[in-house]
Amino acid sequence: MDDFVLRALAAGLGAALAAGPLGSFIVWGRMAYFGEALAHSALLGVALGLAIGLDPTWPVILVAGLVALMLAWLQGSRDLATDTLLGIVAQASLALGLVVLAFLKTVRVDLLAYLFGDVLAVTPSDVAFIWIGAAVALASLWRIWRPMLSLTVHEDLARVEGVDVPKIRVAFMLLIALVVAIAMKIVGLLPITALLIIPAATARRFSRNPEQMAVLAAALGCLAVAAGLWGSFVWDTPSGPSMVVASVAGFVLSRIGAGVRLVRPS
Amino acid sequence: MNRDVEKNPPLLTAEGIDVRFGSRSVLAHVSLAVHRGEIVSLIGPNGAGKTTLVRVVLGLLAPARGRVATKPGLRIGYMPQALAVDEILPITAARFLALSGITDRSRIARALDLVGAARVAEGQLRDLSGGELRRVVLARAILRNPDLLVLDEPVQGVDVVGQSELYDLITGLRDRTGCGILMVSHDLHVVMATTDKVVCINHHVCCTGHPETVSRHPEYLALFGPYAAQRLALYTHGHDHRHDESGEVVPLAGADTHGHRHG
Repeated sequence: MDDFVLRALAAGLGAALAAGPLGSFIVWGRMAYFGEALAHSALLGVALGLAIGLDPTWPVILVAGLVALMLAWLQGSRDLATDTLLGIVAQASLALGLVVLAFLKTVRVDLLAYLFGDVLAVTPSDVAFIWIGAAVALASLWRIWRPMLSLTVHEDLARVEGVDVPKIRVAFMLLIALVVAIAMKIVGLLPITALLIIPAATARRFSRNPEQMAVLAAALGCLAVAAGLWGSFVWDTPSGPSMVVASVAGFVLSRIGAGVRLVRPS
Repeated sequence: MNRDVEKNPPLLTAEGIDVRFGSRSVLAHVSLAVHRGEIVSLIGPNGAGKTTLVRVVLGLLAPARGRVATKPGLRIGYMPQALAVDEILPITAARFLALSGITDRSRIARALDLVGAARVAEGQLRDLSGGELRRVVLARAILRNPDLLVLDEPVQGVDVVGQSELYDLITGLRDRTGCGILMVSHDLHVVMATTDKVVCINHHVCCTGHPETVSRHPEYLALFGPYAAQRLALYTHGHDHRHDESGEVVPLAGADTHGHRHG
């Protein structure tokens, strides 16, 4: 197997491992639009990075992190429904990113590679960054696991019991920003939400407690990444969408399997 | 029971609470105190601001004016009104209790046992009936050995038999631990036998005092109508028994503390 295939696989597995547990919280807390908004804002980070001649990874972390903080702050105001707010932020940052890219006439950008992932673009240092980022994300999530789970179930109850809700919330949003940045290269910006929520949704019916679901989501995400990459090489399809297709296939299979089990007399 | 609890310094006092949502005044100059060993019921029609007041008392909502003072080091157990756990989150009742930060399995088992929910400890939260879920949420509230229990509509969605069992349970908790209890209900009748003091609010405090005094207060009658006063007689009775799981009548161990007369 070629080196770049192994690199792509390593990158994808690292991203999927972090995405499973974080995606479980996104599913539990009904925050899918939030992940989407952060993923879209990352394009602005890419554009700004290219404009100042930097590798886009750090600008993406910076922009997604700032957007996460801004969303956390804006959610405090009650004038707008959260989904409206997220829609505005997502569309605004995506559009801004595209406009900034259009101004960069001297820079030739493979936009599709950023939007949908490019397996050939993964360098050894990318792989290292993805695994370090994933390790940091998972370790941080582990530290806030109990309070985050408690506030996901009932925020007021968590606050009365002493959970610093705003702090935990902001920490979680920053973790999502980090995962967006590490998954960007291999998965692409647009399908990131899918990698976060579909494995978690598939894992639900096989889990009896939150931790089972998180671990299973990570495992299913890895399977989807491997299957998607394989398909991407065989049929020369974009890597991110291929992983999403594999992930959705798993989700549909699990639903059909459950249906069959229900029909079969016990 | 002789109500000399008010001689002690209160566990919690709220004084002159004003809350506004935009231009709408939700609470105007509301005051309230809960003492050790005392059960205070907060009643009022829907939308009267009961839950808002509870959120102020718990420190979840800052009032526009007024202040809330608590005894230093006060431990509060809180039972929120509606706790619906999403279908998508797999979690057992015992694990739900552990989310409080108290993970000692024997303490969790004791709390569930105390509220009569030991059977459902390993059951998925979303599979529980309304009554079972209320008991589990109550178990989480008492898990931290609170000095003050704040219960928002503790019997909501529970059938009549289950309601009186839960109220007996709450009174028993007070008798055993001596904690103070602030309880929200939209219906005075069912809390008559349980409560020591009633605070009736409708954006302001309409009337406050002993349950039977409140039930005859003109402002109370204006709010709830004369029909409410008639139904009262049905509920003013001593609880000298409870029902076991098959519905059989079982004498209550501490019956003398329940069979008190009012007035």
